Amino acid sequence: MRGLPIGSWPVWRQLTGPDRTGRAAAVKSRHSADLRARTADADRVVKSVCPYCAVGCAQNVYVRDEQVVQIEGDPDSPVSRGRLCPKGAASLQLTTDPRRLAKVRYRAPYATEWQDLDLDTAMEMIAERVIRTRRDTWQEEHEGTRVARTMGIASLGGATLDNEENYLIKKLFTALGVVQVENQARVCHSSTVIGLGTSFGRGGATTFMQDLQHADCIVIEGSNFAEAHPVGFQWVLAAKARGATVIHVDPRFTRTSALADLYVPIRAGTDVAFLGGIINHVLTEGKDFREYVLAYTNASTIVDERFRDTEDLDGLFSGFDPESHTYREESWQYEGVHLVSATGERDRQFEARVAAGHGLQDDAEGAAERNGHGAGREEKFGSGSAALDGQPRRDLTLSDPRCVYQILKRHFARYTPEMVERVCGIPPEVFAQVCRQLVDNSGPERTSEFVYAVGWTQHTDGSQFIRSASILQLLLGNIGRPGGGIQALRGHASIQGSTDIPTLFNLLPGYIPMPHAHKTQNLDDFILADAARKGFWANMRSYTVSLLKAWWGATATPENDFCFGYLPRLTGSHSHYDTVIEQMNGACKGYFLLGENPAVGSSNARMQRLGMAKLDWLVVRDLAMIESATWWKDGPEIASGELVTERIGTEVFVLPAAAHTEKDGSFTNTNRLLQWHHQAVEPADDRRSELWFMYHLGRIIRQKLAGSTDPKDRPILDLTWDYPTIGRTAEPDAEAVLAEINGWDADGRPLSTYTELADDGSTVCGCWIYCGVYQDGVNQAARRKPAEEQHWVSPEWAWAWPANRRLLYNRASARPDGQPWSERKKYVWWDADAGRWTGYDVPDFEPTKPPDYQPPEGARGVAALRGTDAFIMQADGLGWLYAPAGVLDGPMPTHYEPQDSPVDNPLYGQQRNPSRLLRPHEQNRYHPNGSQRGAQTFPYVVTTYRLTEHFTAGGMSRFTPYLAELQPEFFCEVSPELAAERGLVHCGWATIVTARNAIEARVLVTERIAPLRVDGRVVHQIGLPFHWGPNGYSRGDAANELTSISLDPNSHIQESKAFSADIRPGRRPRGPERVALVREYQRKAGITTATGTEV
Amino acid sequence: MAPDLRETTAERRDPATVGGYAEPPERVGFFTDTSVCIGCKACEVACKEWNAVPEDGLTFTGMSYDNTAQLDANTWRHVAFVEQPRRLGRQEAQLAPTEVPVELRRSAGGRTAVSLGMPGSAPPDGHVDTVPGMDFRWLMSSDVCKHCTHAACLDVCPTGSLFRTEFGTVVVQEDICNGCGYCVPACPFGVIDKREDDGRVWKCTLCYDRLSVGQEPACAKSCPTDSIQFGELSELRARAAARVSDLHDAGVESARLYGADPHDGVGGAGAFFLLLDEPEVYGLPPDPVVTTRDLPAMWRRAGLVAAGLLAALVAVSLPGARR
Repeated sequence: MRGLPIGSWPVWRQLTGPDRTGRAAAVKSRHSADLRARTADADRVVKSVCPYCAVGCAQNVYVRDEQVVQIEGDPDSPVSRGRLCPKGAASLQLTTDPRRLAKVRYRAPYATEWQDLDLDTAMEMIAERVIRTRRDTWQEEHEGTRVARTMGIASLGGATLDNEENYLIKKLFTALGVVQVENQARVCHSSTVIGLGTSFGRGGATTFMQDLQHADCIVIEGSNFAEAHPVGFQWVLAAKARGATVIHVDPRFTRTSALADLYVPIRAGTDVAFLGGIINHVLTEGKDFREYVLAYTNASTIVDERFRDTEDLDGLFSGFDPESHTYREESWQYEGVHLVSATGERDRQFEARVAAGHGLQDDAEGAAERNGHGAGREEKFGSGSAALDGQPRRDLTLSDPRCVYQILKRHFARYTPEMVERVCGIPPEVFAQVCRQLVDNSGPERTSEFVYAVGWTQHTDGSQFIRSASILQLLLGNIGRPGGGIQALRGHASIQGSTDIPTLFNLLPGYIPMPHAHKTQNLDDFILADAARKGFWANMRSYTVSLLKAWWGATATPENDFCFGYLPRLTGSHSHYDTVIEQMNGACKGYFLLGENPAVGSSNARMQRLGMAKLDWLVVRDLAMIESATWWKDGPEIASGELVTERIGTEVFVLPAAAHTEKDGSFTNTNRLLQWHHQAVEPADDRRSELWFMYHLGRIIRQKLAGSTDPKDRPILDLTWDYPTIGRTAEPDAEAVLAEINGWDADGRPLSTYTELADDGSTVCGCWIYCGVYQDGVNQAARRKPAEEQHWVSPEWAWAWPANRRLLYNRASARPDGQPWSERKKYVWWDADAGRWTGYDVPDFEPTKPPDYQPPEGARGVAALRGTDAFIMQADGLGWLYAPAGVLDGPMPTHYEPQDSPVDNPLYGQQRNPSRLLRPHEQNRYHPNGSQRGAQTFPYVVTTYRLTEHFTAGGMSRFTPYLAELQPEFFCEVSPELAAERGLVHCGWATIVTARNAIEARVLVTERIAPLRVDGRVVHQIGLPFHWGPNGYSRGDAANELTSISLDPNSHIQESKAFSADIRPGRRPRGPERVALVREYQRKAGITTATGTEV
Repeated sequence: MAPDLRETTAERRDPATVGGYAEPPERVGFFTDTSVCIGCKACEVACKEWNAVPEDGLTFTGMSYDNTAQLDANTWRHVAFVEQPRRLGRQEAQLAPTEVPVELRRSAGGRTAVSLGMPGSAPPDGHVDTVPGMDFRWLMSSDVCKHCTHAACLDVCPTGSLFRTEFGTVVVQEDICNGCGYCVPACPFGVIDKREDDGRVWKCTLCYDRLSVGQEPACAKSCPTDSIQFGELSELRARAAARVSDLHDAGVESARLYGADPHDGVGGAGAFFLLLDEPEVYGLPPDPVVTTRDLPAMWRRAGLVAAGLLAALVAVSLPGARR
């Protein structure tokens, strides 16, 4: 052994050096001296974005020797400022844990075990099954109208994926005639699109994260901001540091409440009554921001004299058809005008508008019978006149009894503080404080902001929750202004992107509706039916033609209607939950799960599994062995004996997915910000991106179908599908896909903005609202100019749609004359000398249209918008206090009780949302309500939610030890009072039962859950985090076993935020006893097929 | 050898200088401002990821949202959750609202608090607004090794495994530690702990490896709300004092610093805290003292006794020799 120089001996150093006590310098070891941060020695640092929620925290991925060695926040980001929450911090373990799924797994029909399968073979087999099922289930016609589709295949998932991946999913499946394409947005935030879209013109959050700091009052309601979006919450604290008041309204006292100035407990599902109460306060006290309201909202517009309010009809609006449980909207219209909303069920008005547009009599007789309601039905109403786009009559004094302002005032008159207390359980003095804070902090000098998430969206009238906030914010003049707006917090990395480039059944990219089946329908009729006459939607033909050109290239010509006929047609609702029914009926035979876990994450999880058990084949692509992949082997129905593995014919392919560090692509965050993440390392083993999977699946299918003369194969064979591939795995070039999404002109030059799009086929654009993201051939989403080198808006960090605007409708941040409302709140204003709009952001307005511009007679499209029409996507340029179209369950929000509620509706005789969508089924029974017999069998209110430490259905957290250990078990939160009432023991077990299923959870007794006094009785609430399932490192029952399929008619979102249940001490029964317990409850409550289905 | 505490207490010398580092960098540490902690546990995870600390098992503790339970060999950052029903004018954690008009602040301060239906406060059968207001606090606080100025763990370590770095922090050297465990009972905060399957002791290093390349510790870097702030200790102490005074001005009278005082029993902590209640509420000792405080005196007395004994022995034996 070689001797070490004596100088390296600690004892020598101690005796000879200054550290005589031998506790510091003298004893520093060689190892300590040689320590170096692995971040300092990385070969490269790759710019990425966190794959969890939609705040979009920028990450630095450190790579050494082609291995990811560390992931940290990128301090350059103006959104996250280098910070990460526990999930973001755990993304190293998420992506590099050796236990991550690596190899293809295959389960043959009726097999009891997995077997190995080569990736190429799996791809061939899947392609073969797609072709076969498509052929076997092809529908050229449906009840006499052409549909050109297959109902035999469905796809679910996309919100965790890149925009480019979503684009290929939608493109390939649509070309194959698959219409049942859905993703997490359906179950999370679809109501947002309706609520915000119909109110303001675009279905996304109106503001951006950093702008929260400028709010004077922040109301967080329907969101547990600090827990579900921790890094975004820093901006709430920034506002607080500047003196803002933070109010949290929630059924539970959460980590958000802990940091709020005022916590307001509320009964789950009653937010419309609460917000309606504030609206009533503003209107009766005359506290609205009158100048704003007059200029920028439809307050002064006169409504058709046939309109009848819920005041007149005990909770119903005029036009209700009790047979179909639907409304006919004709009486809701503006007087003498027929409008198309910017979002929502726009195609519904097809027959009427086309008939009127052609100057024909309504010839809708015999038009397609569109089954189900909500997504379309026979539309017979018309305006009776060809002049659909007349000028609505307005009364600027707001005194006409039929003007929107007066209608609104009457509608909300009964939402008094006393009523708020009766419905929501909120004491009047607390309610008064909220009103005072909001009113005091709104106006020219001050602004208030609302923040919400799925606490608002997931209700049978979820869209109306968001409409309520929209109305309030319009009345207070808080939209389009700094520190104002409505912040929709979305929960997946690209759930906004998968809505914009929709893997959703009813939409095409950029919110163009998917065409419904009509007797005759060509492109012109489609546009005529859906396009607005005013505003930017008037250019819908350009957007649509450019999309068709992107998909079918040279084949799409003016002569063949740009292949418009290649698009499969809808005949009703084909949403996620309808697909489950189709699966149970045996009509849907093949299913792709692309990063979504419905066996845990979707309502009535049991029905999800029973549906999958009827499939011919199932393809699961994920990072982990999720419950949706293994239910045939170890699911709850195997345990109960309802399913037997050997008798399940479903063939299952599990394909490991690539992680965000292993692929290029863009995520669109909750504020419409497209951020590019770069591939750090190539995925190992069989792991592949969805981009790879969709591209190669399409390639193989096209190969197999090559030479086919079958007309139904033309859309797939004519599809533009020639993306360059790179690397060892032949990964398609994501930037090439982005370039197509952005689009190019006739010379192949990248387009800069959607105003360049043409309707003659000379431009190509895969998603018109994303046009500009590849401006000048530069990936604008990859821009990473540090926040410190820019002003606070940071316009050169990534790219936001539309046109890189960060704060939407910002024309309204200026007075009608174009000058800022106040110095404190200036944002975008008219520079008269320069003759253009200027400010801190890209003006959300035509840059040179002066404030006093008045459209000439007969003007159409954008030219028809006045210089004060701040809501440029709206058909009338105005914010909609009253929605004359686009919201199927009413032009104004009305409080209805949840589908399953132990409480009567104190407001109206009408108990539940009359036009909610129900799917009565043996496996989907509903509860009696309120004072109905049997309702008190389920006396408690349950709400479900997220925890900071976990993510959605758990696939990205329950398998990750560093996260699992932080919240190791499924638990229920109950108050001490409820625990006493039911004999529940802290840390013991409880069984929670509904008519759908029974689950067990550990009991967490906490004073954070308050019993509320509601209409003279005490209502107890039960909190259930929904992350758990039987697989993974941390396991438990899934809360979604309890929820029912009862849906908002607009968005088809399920009601998982409020429903009734019973709770009892102890663990749930095992085996068949579990089913027996549920049957027993059904019997006790007297539940029949009809229960809960009355209007 | 016994430490001479006067060396640093009396002259208030920088511990790194005392430790024999020539021109050491400024002493660094953590200021954990619990008034903005949202209990997200990003610090716990970021620490584990960076330091490859093993996962600690799945234990549902029922202690609010705290399932980590304590600092130990496999948990170097621990977030405590304290659910507190108590009468307060308002939720705390209020930053100085200088822009808030006085009347607004007054109205907020005097608001009738919301009943959460706590037992003994607002029974649900009583009308909430008639019951004296009861507010609720959910305190969260991320605990960590204090990196004491006088660190007993360091004093008792016989191997030189625990050492004072040039940054003034206290670190276990994993290549030296022999697992004797003397340091475990020596820590007045119960921070340091032995890893069972490994035999050695482990605790927060204040990311020593990151400090040497100018990077902040992983927990502080991750913290979404800047509850954990890293920096030069002198600057952090000034910042913390200002923060406390801001909070007091805002009516949060319970705000106080813990571990910031260089005159306390450990000579001031390198990682100190802003708390909203007594330290015990968060599971922190109210008056920690370096457990080796009395060692010098003990050694001196032992020395005296030994000298006396020696003298006595000599005295006894000398006459005998003469005999």
